Amino acid sequence: MQVKLKSQKWLPYVLLSPSIIIITIFFIYPSLQSLYYSFFRVNMTGTRKIFVGLTNFTRLLKSSDYLNSLLLSLFFSFSVVFIGLLISIYIARIANRRYKGFNVYRIFLIWPYALSPAITGMIWALMFNPAIGVVTNILNFIGINFEYISNGIHAMIFIIVAAIWKMMGYNIIFTLAALQGVPSEIIEAATIDGAKKGQIFWKVMFPVISPTIFFLFIMNTLYAFFQQFGLLHVITEGGPGRSTDLLVYKLYRDGFIAMDTGGASAQSIILLLFVSVIMTIQFKITQKSVFYGA
Amino acid sequence: MNKKKLTYKSIDKIVSHIIMISVLVIVLFPMFYAIIVSTQTFREYFSFPPKLTPGSGTFSNYSDAWIDGGLGRLLMNSLIMSLAVALGKIILSIFAAFAFVFYDFKGKGVFFIIVLITQMLPLPVRIVPTYQLMSSLHWINTYWALTIPFFASATGTLLFRQLYMTVPSSFVDAARVDGASPIKFLWHVVLPLSKTNISALFLIEFIFIWNQYLWPLIVANAEKMRVVQIGLKSLIDTDASVNWNIVMAGTVLSMIPPLIVLIIFQSSLIKGLALSSNK
Repeated sequence: MQVKLKSQKWLPYVLLSPSIIIITIFFIYPSLQSLYYSFFRVNMTGTRKIFVGLTNFTRLLKSSDYLNSLLLSLFFSFSVVFIGLLISIYIARIANRRYKGFNVYRIFLIWPYALSPAITGMIWALMFNPAIGVVTNILNFIGINFEYISNGIHAMIFIIVAAIWKMMGYNIIFTLAALQGVPSEIIEAATIDGAKKGQIFWKVMFPVISPTIFFLFIMNTLYAFFQQFGLLHVITEGGPGRSTDLLVYKLYRDGFIAMDTGGASAQSIILLLFVSVIMTIQFKITQKSVFYGA
Repeated sequence: MNKKKLTYKSIDKIVSHIIMISVLVIVLFPMFYAIIVSTQTFREYFSFPPKLTPGSGTFSNYSDAWIDGGLGRLLMNSLIMSLAVALGKIILSIFAAFAFVFYDFKGKGVFFIIVLITQMLPLPVRIVPTYQLMSSLHWINTYWALTIPFFASATGTLLFRQLYMTVPSSFVDAARVDGASPIKFLWHVVLPLSKTNISALFLIEFIFIWNQYLWPLIVANAEKMRVVQIGLKSLIDTDASVNWNIVMAGTVLSMIPPLIVLIIFQSSLIKGLALSSNK
């Protein structure tokens, strides 16, 4: 237990007040308002509102547009998190070998972390541009006709790959740091006992690095759910049709283009439920709640 | 036996290098491609097959992006937003963590929960009311809207809190016996210990804020107040055909500040985070 500083009783309150004031005004109060509005139908100008109970929620759950958006988001997030993490673990295992020159790879791998989803989107949109994109040309050359602008399935694959690409370096670097923290004695011991490489990884090393993998799992899930707006707004705008209309994008369209405050607020509250589930899982498993960058 | 082992090892070495080089190519190619296209003229990037060598349009593309695209102003807005928020978050989190670790006071538990709660409330959860709040404060299209709402940080508070909990009690005792004021203790003992965490948090928050898109789009969409991504998006949204070389010149410029921050503080990222997540 830490020894405490005494002295002025008011000091801790003064130190805390800026954070608490900002959190109360810009986080808690608007969130309560989201909850409040989710029970109302509000007109476009926001001047009149009628209490409608749970109608906004039942309307959403009956709306095929919303269910479509929900399923797409789940599919997108699941793909980004699992494919992304599996690829990253595989590559981190290779990057963990202590050959000459490997340090150079590690330095550059994290670079895409500095890129925003929107900037990623711009570059990828050009690479896959149907007329001039370099990747489109290569794909055409090997007989694949990739049309993300007109084909919904292609568009979904496209944003999944772009989202995985952006997080890959970050995932590899953190997995690698964890792998390098595995005590070499236990690997040696397993080797002497005659364990095969795959066995050593999954039975010996993986349990040691699992807290990091779990941290990455949570980070990637939040990333896939909440940070794709820039990518979508730049590349697909939710289309073609509604094929990449993820929850965050639909929320923006309903709240700020269709000006449906009640419906958008109900969507916000459903997203809050998602975050709560993710956080509860996280808290249950690690018994602490530390997140970085979210 | 020995020979066999040697060959296995060298094959493994070669294969590993090939895999890592391919990974690196995949990871870096988009950035490389953006740079290449930003140097090409319309005729060059429209040629078939595509050329992956530097073109002859570098100067005109970058000057078009800077002058016609208003990149200077856009980058300045992004820079103001990112620096202000990163510094604001660092200061407020150090204050909060200091209070939580070194003091006992009424309501500590409640305040701690309030700080934690921010993690449950990402922007989409409160987007419409927060926008309305900005609008009633007359903060739309101001730097206030781009910065103040981001200042509080659970991430930062927790990061510093975990570090400060490892400060030996003897330090605190000594400070108390010497009659050092809390501010002195903060300045001379706690801050020097926080360097790695400050760098890590600066890196994370600078990049996180530089990359914000949805919030600047709804609260700061006047031409003078746009951040760089929103400005570049408006270059793509033209009715005429997109000048990809100019857009890529802007894209390259917009990648430079976060990359510089990443390169400078890279080593503290993992150190700072490992420090606190392995508690």
